[in-house]
Amino acid sequence: MTELQIHLEAFLQALAAGLLVGGIYGLMCVGLAMIFGIMRVINFAQGDFMMLGMYITYFFFVLLAGHGMAGSALGPYVAMVLTLPVMYGVGYLAHRLLIARVTGGKTAALDGEGHYAQLILTLGIALVLQNGAMMLFGPELESIRTPLSSSAWEIGPLWGDFVSIFVNKGRGIAALISAAAIVALAALVGRSRLGKSLRAAADNPVAASYMGIDVDRAYRIAFALGTCITALAGGLLATNFPFHPFTGLEFVIVMYAGVVLGGIGSILGAFWGGMVIGLVQQLSSLVLPTQLQNAAIFVFFLLIVILRPQGLFGRVAERT
Amino acid sequence: MKSMRTFLIMLAVAAAYLGAALLVDNSYHQLIFTLVLVWACFGLSWNMLSGYTGLVSFGHAAFFGLGAYAAVLGQIHLGLSPWLMIPLSAVIGAAAGLLVGLPTFRLRGHYFALAMLAYPLALLYVFEWLGYQEVTFPMMREHPAWYMQFSDPRLYTAVAMAMLLLFVQVTRRVQRTRFGMALIAIKQNEAAAEAAGIDTLRWKLRAIALSGAIAGATGAFYAVVLLVVTPVSVFGMLVSAQALTVAMFGGVGTVWGPIIGAAILIPLGEILHAELGATYPGIQGVILGVAIIAVILVAPEGVFWKTRDLLRRRGRAQQVAPALPAPAAAPAPAAAAPRAPHGEVILDVQGLSRSFGGLKAVQDVSFQVRQGMILGIIGPNGAGKTTLFNLLNGFLRPDAGRVVFKGVDMAGRKPHVLCAAGVGRTFQVMRPFMRLTVAQNVKVGAYVKARSEAEADALAAQAIERVGLADCAGHLASVLTTRQLRLMELARAVAGQPELLLLDETLAGLGQGEVDDVVAAIRALSAQGITIVIIEHTMQAMVRLVDQFVVLDHGEVLATGEPQSITQDMRVVEAYLGKKWSAKHAA
Repeated sequence: MTELQIHLEAFLQALAAGLLVGGIYGLMCVGLAMIFGIMRVINFAQGDFMMLGMYITYFFFVLLAGHGMAGSALGPYVAMVLTLPVMYGVGYLAHRLLIARVTGGKTAALDGEGHYAQLILTLGIALVLQNGAMMLFGPELESIRTPLSSSAWEIGPLWGDFVSIFVNKGRGIAALISAAAIVALAALVGRSRLGKSLRAAADNPVAASYMGIDVDRAYRIAFALGTCITALAGGLLATNFPFHPFTGLEFVIVMYAGVVLGGIGSILGAFWGGMVIGLVQQLSSLVLPTQLQNAAIFVFFLLIVILRPQGLFGRVAERT
Repeated sequence: MKSMRTFLIMLAVAAAYLGAALLVDNSYHQLIFTLVLVWACFGLSWNMLSGYTGLVSFGHAAFFGLGAYAAVLGQIHLGLSPWLMIPLSAVIGAAAGLLVGLPTFRLRGHYFALAMLAYPLALLYVFEWLGYQEVTFPMMREHPAWYMQFSDPRLYTAVAMAMLLLFVQVTRRVQRTRFGMALIAIKQNEAAAEAAGIDTLRWKLRAIALSGAIAGATGAFYAVVLLVVTPVSVFGMLVSAQALTVAMFGGVGTVWGPIIGAAILIPLGEILHAELGATYPGIQGVILGVAIIAVILVAPEGVFWKTRDLLRRRGRAQQVAPALPAPAAAPAPAAAAPRAPHGEVILDVQGLSRSFGGLKAVQDVSFQVRQGMILGIIGPNGAGKTTLFNLLNGFLRPDAGRVVFKGVDMAGRKPHVLCAAGVGRTFQVMRPFMRLTVAQNVKVGAYVKARSEAEADALAAQAIERVGLADCAGHLASVLTTRQLRLMELARAVAGQPELLLLDETLAGLGQGEVDDVVAAIRALSAQGITIVIIEHTMQAMVRLVDQFVVLDHGEVLATGEPQSITQDMRVVEAYLGKKWSAKHAA
């Protein structure tokens, strides 16, 4: 195996890992984009909603295993599907009972248009979720083990007898499911009446309400959808990534980086943004020590925000 | 006098706090006494930038952590005492603030907040990579006091109190002077602040440097108290969150907010942790989170403002009648005052153009303004009037053309530079500083020409007098009527002693009688020698007011001339009312 082949293999392997991780990150970012992009609320608790989704998926997974699905490759995915309505409900209630109090029309009179109140409210929610999970589930690492997470497809050898790429089956399926979820969501937002009302509410809430759109309801649905999409991403991640009550914190930045990269307000953009973040993270491991992988994400994020705040895929739409 | 009294009360509270700290002998409780002060200091640091300028920072842990690591590494590698390292950390924090601020202040709103989040987290990983996972202060048995290693933990409380008192005094000084006024103006409306002659970037940089200095010093002291520094404990997201939690909980934009927040939240969290943490790990966070949620739902602006509003309301209820602002006396009827013969050209606009993408918003516009005249710029919606103003006072850079003000080409200069040169401006959408009084609002505009606070007060008072608002100078802007707000904005522009005043739809949203008041005020200003350029839709009021019209349509000058000739110009009538109307009425 020549040196060139070694480098090439390392590069291709990192590229594949980046695409797979990026797929899940993309889904995560799309979940946030539904909330941040449509409502312009900085939700600090987004990562913690994802953590909650991971635990609920885990709970269903264990439950299913007790009912004869132990060892089945399908178990985790059934658990994820079961988690979706639960997390939709969690998001719906969280918005109805808490977030709605500090967003929308009521905030006009507040300092900074209620941004301060939103921030601190979601910080409070994050604290409750993290520490509540700590009380309920304890600090141990958990993971959703599927037979697929420990096996891989081999692509290649691509160059003579060398240069093969190994694709972890769990991750590969996770990336495929993310892609499918995105397509479904894009169809929902792009085609349906509901999607139109969401986009209208995002673009100009006042005008949308004059056109007879119930903006509060649109926001509530956006928040609930965003929460359950992020939870799905969490479930997919959990098949490959051990988690604990404070896992959410590690991903909040990834999510915001992806959303800003994709251009605030764009849902598909957020997916590509998350994909880019995954690629940057994995490819940086070729040149940087592992500890600096995450630092690379943040530096990349800063560069993007400062040099191109409208995002890689966005357009300048704001007027002075 | 009032500030002296506040200072004395503050000293008394500080002394009582220290007295209480002396009575405690449980070392954990003593630590809590110190930590309350530390987080209050950190909250003040956050408040200095985010509370006053409204630019929310999630990244104050960057400055805090740099200070903490500077203190511990300084002692390990250079043998420097914390007594030296705390001030030095302040310098480091200030430098970091400038480095962070220069690129990041290009961003606004959410983008700024998110970008700030990235700095401490990137630093966190860098410090882990450098191998500083857990750095401990070496014990100094020789000179414990010189190395701030007190055997009596109550001494830490005393040092922390001294730091807090210093930071409170610094904050109050900022709040009282043009520094604080500039920051509040930036928070309310950055564009209006620029137009009022405030160099917004410079003040923001000063704020972040000062804020970083406080955070750096606080971080260094925190490290000394805890003896161990880890990346997560000083750069972690919870550290930044702590700063904004205490400040927002207590009340943003006031020196007392962060102190109130720290005094309530820190003991609550720590005691819960001590009492219940062993049996229910995490209960501290849950209860704290619930408390934060509850308070924010009840008092979204923080405890301080809520309490103050409640007290105010009760105080007002006791008065028999609410003290409504009396209508201002009409300004001196300078209506028919003879105009000074129009002097030399003060503003010469030559071939000014600007497009947005394919849209030619302003196209080859030329006109002249002579000293002492009132020039009206009219045109239908979208004719490019406001864009023209934005080009004239520096919000936009022209693609081509010259803006010669008093013989100097000012095209593309920043608004505050133009303001200092003598070009004042008001806005179509009013942006008063609601929590300030009329006098304070106007004072913001006076700083550009004033060298001292007293002079700014004098200029502000004079400007208020000139527009006829003298009897409501002490009212909060939030209780004014639209007419009074328009006059106040006028006064704010006048306070900067402009020679040329650009008025953007000053008459919009006013009733007939109110229009007359404002028109009279503008005439009075003109009679006092200020040259005025005014944008307006409504013809009637303008015909009575201006000496000359410039009519814009589709970004181009359609006509210029005296009011009489303009109202009869067919092209103007067409532009306003359409061809059909003009054809019918021409007959």
